[in-house]
Formats: sequence, structure tokens, C-alpha cells
Amino acid sequence: AGKKRTTSGEGRERQRLPARRFRTTSPAALRADSVDGGSLLAPLLGLTDRAFSDCPDLADGAMEKMSRVTTALGGSVLTGRTMHCHLDAPANAISVCRDAAQVVVAGRSIFKIYAIEEEQFVEKLNLRVGRKPSLNLSCADVVWHQMDENLLATAATNGVVVTWNLGRPSRNKQDQLFTEHKRTVNKVCFHPTEAHVLLSGSQDGFMKCFDLRRKDSVSTFSGEATEAGPWEWAMAGWVPVLPVISCCILRLYHSFAHGPMQDAESRANDARESWGCLLYPLGLCSGPQAGQSESVRDVQFSIRDYFTFASTFENGNVQLWDIRRPDRCERMFTAHNGPVFCCDWHPEDRGWLATGGRDKMVKVWDMTTHRAKEMHCVQTIASVARVKWRPECRHHLATCSMMVDHNIYVWDVRRPFVPAAMFEEHRDVTTGIAWRHPHDPSFLLSGSKDSSLCQHLFRDASQPVERANPEGLCYGLFGDLAFAAKESLVAAESGRKPYTGDRRHPIFFKRKLDPAEPFAGLASSALSVFETEPGGGGMRWFVDTAERYALAGRPLAELCDHNAKVARELGRNQVAQTWTMLRIIYCSPGLVPTANLNHSVGKGGSCGLPLMNSFNLKDMAPGLGSETRLDRSKGDARSDTVLLDSSATLITNEDNEETEGSDVPADYLLGDVEGEEDELYLLDPEHAHPEDPECVLPQEAFPLRHEIVDTPPGPEHLQDKADSPHVSGSEADVASLAPVDSSFSLLSVSHALYDSRLPPDFFGVLVRDMLHFYAEQGDVQMAVSVLIVLGERVRKDIDEQTQEHWYTSYIDLLQRFRLWNVSNEVVKLSTSRAVSCLNQASTTLHVNCSHCKRPMSSRGWVCDRCHRCASMCAVCHHVVKGLFVWCQGCSHGGHLQHIMKWLEGSSHCPAGCGHLCEYS
Amino acid sequence: MNRGGSSPSAAANYLLCTNCRKVLRKDKRIRVSQPLTRGPSAFIPEKEVVQANTVDERTNFLVEEYSTSGRLDNITQVMSLHTQYLESFLRSQFYMLRMDGPLPLPYRHYIAIMAAARHQCSYLINMHVDEFLKTGGIAEWLNGLEYVPQRLKNLNEINKLLAHRPWLITKEHIQKLVKTGENNWSLPELVHAVVLLAHYHALASFVFGSGINPERDPEISNGFRLISVNNFCVCDLANDNNIENASLSGSNFGIVDSLSELEALMERMKRLQEEREDEEASQEEMSTRFEKEKKESLFVVSGDTFHSFPHSDFEDDMIITSDVSRYIEDPGFGYEDFARRGEEHLPTFRAQDYTWENHGFSLVNRLYSDIGHLLDEKFRMVYNLTYNTMATHEDVDTTMLRRALFNYVHCMFGIRYDDYDYGEVNQLLERSLKVYIKTVTCYPERTTKRMYDSYWRQFKHSEKVHVNLLLMEARMQAELLYALRAITRHLT
Repeated sequence: AGKKRTTSGEGRERQRLPARRFRTTSPAALRADSVDGGSLLAPLLGLTDRAFSDCPDLADGAMEKMSRVTTALGGSVLTGRTMHCHLDAPANAISVCRDAAQVVVAGRSIFKIYAIEEEQFVEKLNLRVGRKPSLNLSCADVVWHQMDENLLATAATNGVVVTWNLGRPSRNKQDQLFTEHKRTVNKVCFHPTEAHVLLSGSQDGFMKCFDLRRKDSVSTFSGEATEAGPWEWAMAGWVPVLPVISCCILRLYHSFAHGPMQDAESRANDARESWGCLLYPLGLCSGPQAGQSESVRDVQFSIRDYFTFASTFENGNVQLWDIRRPDRCERMFTAHNGPVFCCDWHPEDRGWLATGGRDKMVKVWDMTTHRAKEMHCVQTIASVARVKWRPECRHHLATCSMMVDHNIYVWDVRRPFVPAAMFEEHRDVTTGIAWRHPHDPSFLLSGSKDSSLCQHLFRDASQPVERANPEGLCYGLFGDLAFAAKESLVAAESGRKPYTGDRRHPIFFKRKLDPAEPFAGLASSALSVFETEPGGGGMRWFVDTAERYALAGRPLAELCDHNAKVARELGRNQVAQTWTMLRIIYCSPGLVPTANLNHSVGKGGSCGLPLMNSFNLKDMAPGLGSETRLDRSKGDARSDTVLLDSSATLITNEDNEETEGSDVPADYLLGDVEGEEDELYLLDPEHAHPEDPECVLPQEAFPLRHEIVDTPPGPEHLQDKADSPHVSGSEADVASLAPVDSSFSLLSVSHALYDSRLPPDFFGVLVRDMLHFYAEQGDVQMAVSVLIVLGERVRKDIDEQTQEHWYTSYIDLLQRFRLWNVSNEVVKLSTSRAVSCLNQASTTLHVNCSHCKRPMSSRGWVCDRCHRCASMCAVCHHVVKGLFVWCQGCSHGGHLQHIMKWLEGSSHCPAGCGHLCEYS
Repeated sequence: MNRGGSSPSAAANYLLCTNCRKVLRKDKRIRVSQPLTRGPSAFIPEKEVVQANTVDERTNFLVEEYSTSGRLDNITQVMSLHTQYLESFLRSQFYMLRMDGPLPLPYRHYIAIMAAARHQCSYLINMHVDEFLKTGGIAEWLNGLEYVPQRLKNLNEINKLLAHRPWLITKEHIQKLVKTGENNWSLPELVHAVVLLAHYHALASFVFGSGINPERDPEISNGFRLISVNNFCVCDLANDNNIENASLSGSNFGIVDSLSELEALMERMKRLQEEREDEEASQEEMSTRFEKEKKESLFVVSGDTFHSFPHSDFEDDMIITSDVSRYIEDPGFGYEDFARRGEEHLPTFRAQDYTWENHGFSLVNRLYSDIGHLLDEKFRMVYNLTYNTMATHEDVDTTMLRRALFNYVHCMFGIRYDDYDYGEVNQLLERSLKVYIKTVTCYPERTTKRMYDSYWRQFKHSEKVHVNLLLMEARMQAELLYALRAITRHLT
């Protein structure tokens, strides 16, 4: 903690205010001082002035107190380590003494004070005394006064508020007992600067303000937002209790914050009230008797505004009160959906209030504006039980949850998705958290249901940010690529890898850091988007293939032929050949295989045999040409990818730059890019981009050709394709660059092998490998299509999970291309259970109301707007909630069963409209 | 069947209260016929309910919107006396039966059947047998538990405990269900099942407590129509009953001037409210009051009641029709007083340590999204529902009374509120009401019209239905709290 920060904000504020101002007798002089609302202040200050002239020593006393606070907080540097100690019972709440050396732990059956020492916690005092502990000792909350080391207060589950005076000589330190609440008290809170003011909030919906020098509460606030009658001040009964220093400042603030007052009358009233606050009225403890009030979950005095406190409620509301006005709250707004469990005022920023609720959110509100404005919102993973601003860190706050999640998180509110730090020591839910010292950001204390008390050191916290991968990479459907990375990384990178002069269009978004507070963990990233060359055609082939493939409903041979034809027409010769081969393998022997064989050999382009099949070489040449053209653009995207990738993974993979073009980065990318890599190898050497000479995509695709053409030869080849001399890795490299030349002449296929036919089962392994191969290439389309077409023949060879994975990938891809029909067909044809149930999910059919024509949002049969049932069955006159069938002629309809039955006996519409309906 | 099946008359479908039985034994000639009044409830005169219904179009609208059967069933008719509540009730019920959830639809109805069967509530069973088949359930399952998958069968234990002694549920039970294996339950599924179970146990309480009649025109469509087993004795049902029962009304009830009864209650409430400020009971006393109330609940019903027959005798008489028992195992397992377990020292459930608002809600909503909000709304609604009337009096703050009812139910399940003075229960709830509460929440199948009639005689029927709603929700919450606490413990 910096030395200059040791003065508390409160102290500074007050000190800047010369005390003599309160003694000024002339209101005119003050008017000149005040910036605004001078006339408003005149009577007020007059009164204030009188009040202080009546009791000047009180004012002095308060000043003294101020300075005492200041010195008290300027403690020495704290030391310690991360440690924990076992308690005898679960803790419900903890609170720290202002000297930062002691902590009190309270729970249902524990109430102890521990001294925080260098190495350990040492039990100092057990406040739970007496032979039979009463329920008064079953604490829901505990708070230690921040000005008086001897003063504590607890809230008991039975509704009692107890104060404790450690200075008492006896063993029992219990001081006072307030039994005014009817239900459990959820929270107690001392005034930050007043020694005797205690506030409590209870399940019964009331907040009570106690003066510790009196036996009863001095005022009661009802959580119910009722309009109380005009407040009557019994002047005669007032007793001077509270010295008020910053009264005039506050009034000024209130007049700013709450707009102009109504008239002079109310101003005078206000003035009297603000004066009344100095002097608590007698006999006001009754308070309003409300019927249904919402339970109060938390109350917190504002640190900066002397009279203000915030309270949170079970129904999600937050109220702001002026302690002098128990009749109505100053302000109310709904902060959360469901109970607001906690709130905390920002220690420095006036008017910042953090609230946490059951809806798993932490929200930061700016209360200085006319309407409470939500500044930040942090989404946590469980309901938020406590929230505490971190000292000296303007945007940090700590939270813990009361269910499921045991960790304590420290968030930077500007970075709401990743906690800045995380403490994972507890084994059960954390129930209380407290920063050890109001000006030291590194020590956090916590109590938990697992019966332990912990001191966490910030430097020992685990930092999820560190583990988060700040880079992101995503492909668009048409080959566009977006890449986000830490700004610093990209900046450093750009020096080494100039992208300038490229056809790519990087777009950068930058977020400015808050210069006020440098925080290393705060992410700022750059997003670059790389587009493919326009007109490149992109994934046209994928869409066409998907639409034209036939997957079922015909004999296998026909399906294969059809699909082969489709592939060929799209210029995807290799795929076409695969289909043909499948047909050969799985269909009955005869003339066809021979023909196919010819065809497969002829495919290389060196063979001019007339073909029986429905394609010829003339078809092929242009197809091939277009494919290469298409691939060039693909290659662009591709090379970008590689470059980018190398920069992205530079830290982890230093040698990427040198090995670029090798399969290391390429493989890294393949997972995302389904369905295009299979063609990359067709890249002509002359089409390769000169600026990316190293971007040659070698071997990965090529073995396929060999594999397929190798298929016919005997079993010894099938066992291990690596045995084949043509498929060795290095050779593939060379071959890949010359796919259209006559390298196929290498292959000689002997007809003889086909004469002795092998059973299709024999090829199972091979086909499986082939499918895997396509899938790994990214052409999951092929894999799935073959899987569906072959059905049982091959399914057993591939494990369920892989199949499911292929299916889901392909379906996802289809859906992204909006090929809904195809994707549905695939889902239908799939045999995997997890996939076929996709058809049952989100089967919502949205309908409009037949009366008002608006969409029916909640349920399909009742319109929220016109409040009538939209789909009545014409036969039974009941609402149809399931299948609704209606006539397209007269638009009457009803339950499917009913209509069917009706139309069996009658040809007229059951509604009686005279239409001759027909059911087909 | 109570008469050993000697007479297969319509009366056999009704259990007979002891008094009637006595009379019947004496005079076998008495023929008891099916009661003619067939309103939605056997306890409440038809016109009371119908009157309210015609006024309220909103109810009909709600039914169209949420009802699963598509018609205004008797439960809904009776509940429609409190339309505000009805909406949240139907909405949550609809959600757990029909909307997206972890369990398949037929499962949900089968679980409802299992839950209702614990209390032999044939009304609910019939209803859900239909629904079960309609949603595509396998008819074979309806032959009994032996025919259902092991997975559902495993739910039996928790169903049994939840229905009768929820405090016995431990995390081991949960672990057994969710531990990986062939028939394991995922946590969301389990939570869904638990919510359904609790809902239907509580609803069974309501059905019996309000004397819901079987549906008017049961569609005998599936051949699985069960014999309706109602526990309304014929003498309860008949308006002018021909059974000589002077002894009943005379000595056992004691004729109290019911008007002064009401006045006295009002007076007590007032006094309690005033007393609060000045007199505070010591802590020791507060805790003894809870113990006392717990203990006392033990003697309600099970000891001497106006039924005046020994407890065991009653149990022997509980002949459960095979139609119902095929859905349950261990039919003898019933409610056992929490207090009586004192010697084993079961710890009291401290309400503040595991509340619905703080803990239960978060867990339920996490595992079965949105049901938390619906249940939350329902609990809130029933807890805060008031018309500020008491019988003929208006502008009464009934908070105290409602809280006493709610907390008394929880007290019987061993849930204690630190901030509640259980002395209030004693002051506010007269003995006959306690008997009724205990019966409805713990042994709903034993509820009789006489019990219903014997308390709060000046109060309107709608107010008594309100009481039933409170009891039902309190019971549901108690069951949920125990079950969810066990799940929480399993998770930590």
C-alpha cells in the first residue's frame, strides 16, 4: 500500500472542510460559498449552525474521531502467508478488526476471535460462553466496528441483534440485546464513522437503526415501498445524539441527486428533517406496520455519504435510504432477477455500488446519476453470496457463492468473463470473505462451511487468465478466416512478417486500455479478418455435391454410379473414382467391373479407351480445369492460413517459420476445414503464388491415389499400404505436384485379379481406411456419404463414436450452408442414436394466431394477446395441442384422428362451412 | 373390501370409518348407496365451487392453456377458488409434465403414478395412467413395478422415503442412484424425478384433504381403469346420513359454540401480536417449545383421537387394493413421527442452514432450468396469498396464522425455524385442526370428511381450501429441502 493512500477517503473529504464553516453565523456568507441551491441551503445551514452552536464540543469530538480513523488506518506493512486453520464448526460470516490483526468467525455453533499471526491463526477468545448456548449465539452475520476495537455486533438466526464489548472484564462479553426483529436477521452493519450507530436488516422485511446507547431501535425502515403518511416530527422529544459534520454538503448532494425540491415548504421540511437526524426523535420505534414486506438480505452504510445506506431485498430490489427519513426510501430500483444477496459500496468511488444476486450476476451501479445506471455486469457460475471490493484496486471485487461453487473469485469488472484471480482452498461453500486491511489489496480472509478459516495471499492465487488461450481462429463458410490474438503479439509479429501488398484485407479492432490503471491481465486483442479472393467460387462444389448425391432408395450399384457421375461432373475425379471402386467392390461381378476398370485406368488421361460408363474424357478436361482454378483461390486462403498459423503458434512452435509448408502447421489446421483440403493437392505448380513459395502443400493428400489404384492388387498390398512402393512419403511429395501428367502410367492393373473375386468383406479394412482418410482430409462429406450408402456393409468396421463424430460434423456443415433438407436426410439415414435424435430436438413449429395474426410465443394453442385459444378442433371443439390438421380449402381443421374419422363418414367440413374437404 | 369382500356393492369402494363400521357390524342390513352429490369435492358442496367457477373465465382460460388433460378436472375446479394460486400451480405442473425436461414424457407420468400410489391416491393414478398411455408409454408397465425398467424401479427407495420420512434421505441414496452403471440417473434427471415425486405426494395430500371426487365420466378407454379407492366413509359423503351417529357428534366433538371459537382465535392472534413487544420468551423456552410441539404432534392422530381405536388396529385395517400396490414396494412403510425418533437423535433440520430461497432454488434451477422460478413463484404465492378475511371478519392480518400452518407442517418433518416461536402454533391451531393437518400431510389417505368439518367451523370452504394449499406446498417444500440437501451433500 502506497503511503500517500493511507488516509481514508472519508477522512480526507471531511478534513478539507474547515470546521469553522459550521460556526459561521451569517447564512449570506455561506450562500456565496455554495455553488448551487444557495437559497435552499440558507434555512438548513441556519439550523445546522444553531445545532452546533448548541453543542460545539460534539462537533469537535467528531473531528477528533476523524483524525483517529485516519491514523488507525495508516498501519504498518502487513506480512503473512497463505494459511488456514480448522474451526470446530461451519462458519457463517467473518469480520476483521480494524487493526488487521484479528478476525472474528461466527456461525451457528461457533463464535471465536482469532489472531492473525505471521504463520498461523491463533485462537484468542471464545465468545460462545454459557452452559447451554442459546439461539442468540447462533449467528447469521457478524461485524466488527471499524473504529472501536472492542465493539462487535452479531445477527442471530432467531432475530436478535447482539452487541459485544470486548472490554468487559467478565467472561461473558455480551453487551446488549435487541429483540425487535420478528424473523432471522440477515445482516448487521455499523456506521463507518459513527461509534454508536448500528443497522440491521431482517427476514421480516424491516431494517432497524440502533443507537447503542439506547435500549431500543431509533428508527425502523420498511422494505415495503409504501407511501407513508406525512412525517410528523415531535420536536419536543428530540435528544441530541449524533453530531453531524458534513450535513450541508450532503444536503447539497441530495438536492443534486434528486432534482429540485417541490416548493419552499418542503425545503423547510427537509431542513428540519436533516436537523432531525442529528437529534433522533423519541418514540419512533414502532415504525410502519406492513403486511407483506420483502425480506432484507443486506444493508450497507455508504462509506462516503454520511446519511445514506443501501438495502437489498429478496424480490430483486435495491433501495437507497436516507437514515433520517424512515418513512420512504430515497430511491428504489430492481437490480436482479430473484433475491439480491449482497451489496458493497465502493471504498473510493462515491456512488458505486456492487450487488450480487441469486441470478448469478454481480452488477456495479453508478448511483450518482438520476437513475441508477448499470456500469458493469459480471456473470458468475453460481449465485453470489458475498461481494467485496478489493482495496486499492478500483475495478476489482471479490465474490463467493453459497451453492455448488466453493471458490472465491476476484474479478476485474471490466473483464467480466475471466476472473482475475481465484482461490481454491475451500472444500465447501465459502460463507464469508473480508479483505484483511482496508488499504492492502493482497490479503483476503475467508470462512467456509467446511469449518475452516483461510488467509489467502493474492500472489498465491491461481490466475485463470494465465491459463486462458488468448488466441482465436475461425474459418468462415467460404474460406474467410478470422484471427484474434493479443495485440502485443500481433504487433511484434507484424515487424517480422510483412503482410503488406497482399490481396488480403486485414481489419483491426483495437480496444483502448484504461491508462489510469495499468493492469496486465486485462486483455486487449486485435482481430484480423482475411478474405478469400472474391469470385473464387469457394465451396460451390460442396453444396452441389450435397444436393445431388443420392444416398438411399436405390440399389447400391445405382447409387454408386450416380454419385460417381455427380462427382465427375463437378470435376472431382478422385472422388468419382472412389465411388466407382466401391461399386466394384460391393456389387455383383459381371460386365460392369471390367468397364469400371477401364474407366479407372483411363482416368489418368493417358488412356483413350471408349468407355461404357456415362462419362468421357471430354467431360473431364474442363472439369479438371475448373477445379484447379477453384483451387488456386483455395490455395490463397490456405497459404494465409499457414502464415497466420505460424504467427499464432509462434511462441509454442518456434521453428514454424522454417518448416512452413511442412505438414506441421497444416495438420494443425485441418480439423476446422472440412471438405476442401482434398483438393489442395491439385494445386498446379505454375499456379502457386510467387509471394508464398514455401507454401507447397505436399504429401498429405496424395497417397489416396495410390491407395485407390492399389486397391485391386492382391491381399498383400491391402495389409499395409506402406508396403506399396508408390506411397512412401517422399515419393508422394514429388507426385503431388504433377497430378495431371502421366504418372498413372505407373499403374498397371491386371484383369486377372478380378477374375478370382474376393468377398466384399475382404475390403472392409480397406474401405474403413479410406473413409478415415477422407475424413482426416476434411472431406467428411465423402466419409458420411459412403457410410450411408454402404450401410451395414461397412458400419461394423468403424466405431460408433467416430461415426457419430463424422455425422455431426457433416450435419453441422450442411446446416451452415443452409442445406436443411440434405442435413435432415442425413440425420434420418444415420444409424447412430445420438444423431438421429437430433431430429427430435428443437422441433418447435412457430404459429401465428388466427385472430390477431401475431406470433404465439408461449404456447402454440393460446394467443397471449387476444386471450383465446387459436386452434380449436372442428369436431370435438377442444383445443388441439398436438398434431393439427386443416383443410387447405376452408382452413378448418382439428385433431388428426377426429378429422380422419369425420371424413370417413362425411365429405363436408365438420365446421359446417359447406366446403367439401378431402383427406389424402 | 373392508367387509371382507362379502358384499361387492358400490360401498366396497370406500373405506369405512370406524364408527360406521361399528354400526355396520351391528346392523348388516343397512344398505349404503353411492352418494348422489357428485361435485368436484366430497367435502365441499357443489354449489360453492360451481358458483365460483361461473364467475371466473380466467380459470377456464388457464385450463385451456395448461391443463394436460384438456378439461377442467376436479382438482382444478376446487383450486379455482384461488385463481391467483391456480395459475402458478398449473404453470409449474405443466412445465414439469409437458415442457422440455430431462425425462421423457411417459417417464414423468409413471413417476407421478408411483408417487400417488404411495398414498393410494387412485384419483391421481387414474389420471396419469391415461396420460401415460397417451404420451406413448408402454402399457405393460402398468402391470406393476416388476414390468418397468430397473432404472425406474431404483427410484422406489427415494419415493418411499420422500413420501413418508424424508429426513432419512442421505447422500448415499443419491450416490446409489447416480453412480455410473447401466441404470444410473443423471443429476438433472434425478432432480426432475424428485420434483415430480414431491409434487405428487403433496398433491395427493390436497386431493384427500379436499375430498376430491373421481372424475365424473371416466373414459374407460384403456382397460386399466382402477377401482376407485377413496377413503371417504359413506357417512361422510351422504348429506343426510342414515347411520345413527349421535354418539359421534355428541361426546367426541363436544359442541362448542363455533362462533365464540372464531372470536377466541381472533382474540388470541391479537394478543400474540401485542405480546410480542413486551414479553419475550427465554431462549431455552423457545427451543423447548419446538421440542414440545414436535412431541405433541406425535400424539395427534396416532394416539387417542376421536377415532378412538388403537393405532396398530388401524394399520391392520389398511387393506391396499392390489391395483394400487403394484406400483409400490414395501407398502407397510409409512410416516413415523419425527419426534419419536428422538432416541436415535436425528438432528433437527435447521431451516436457516438450508433454505429454499438461498440453496434449494439455486440447485434445482441449475440442474433443471426454470423449474426453480416456477416453484419459487408458487411457494411465494401460497405463502403470501391472503384476502385479509377470516370467516366473517374482514381486514384481518392472517400472516400469523398462515405462518403457523406452514411452520407446523415443517415441524412435523423435523424442520425448525430459529426465528419462530412454536408457542404460537399451540395458541393458534386448535386440536382438531392439528389432527387434520397431521392427517393430511402425513397420512392423507386417512382423511375423512368429519376431520375436515370439525375444525374452524365458521370458516368458508374457500378458506379451508386455502389451508389445504398451504399444507400441500409446505409439504412439498419440506420434501424438496431434504432431497436437495442430500443432493448438495453428494455434490460437495
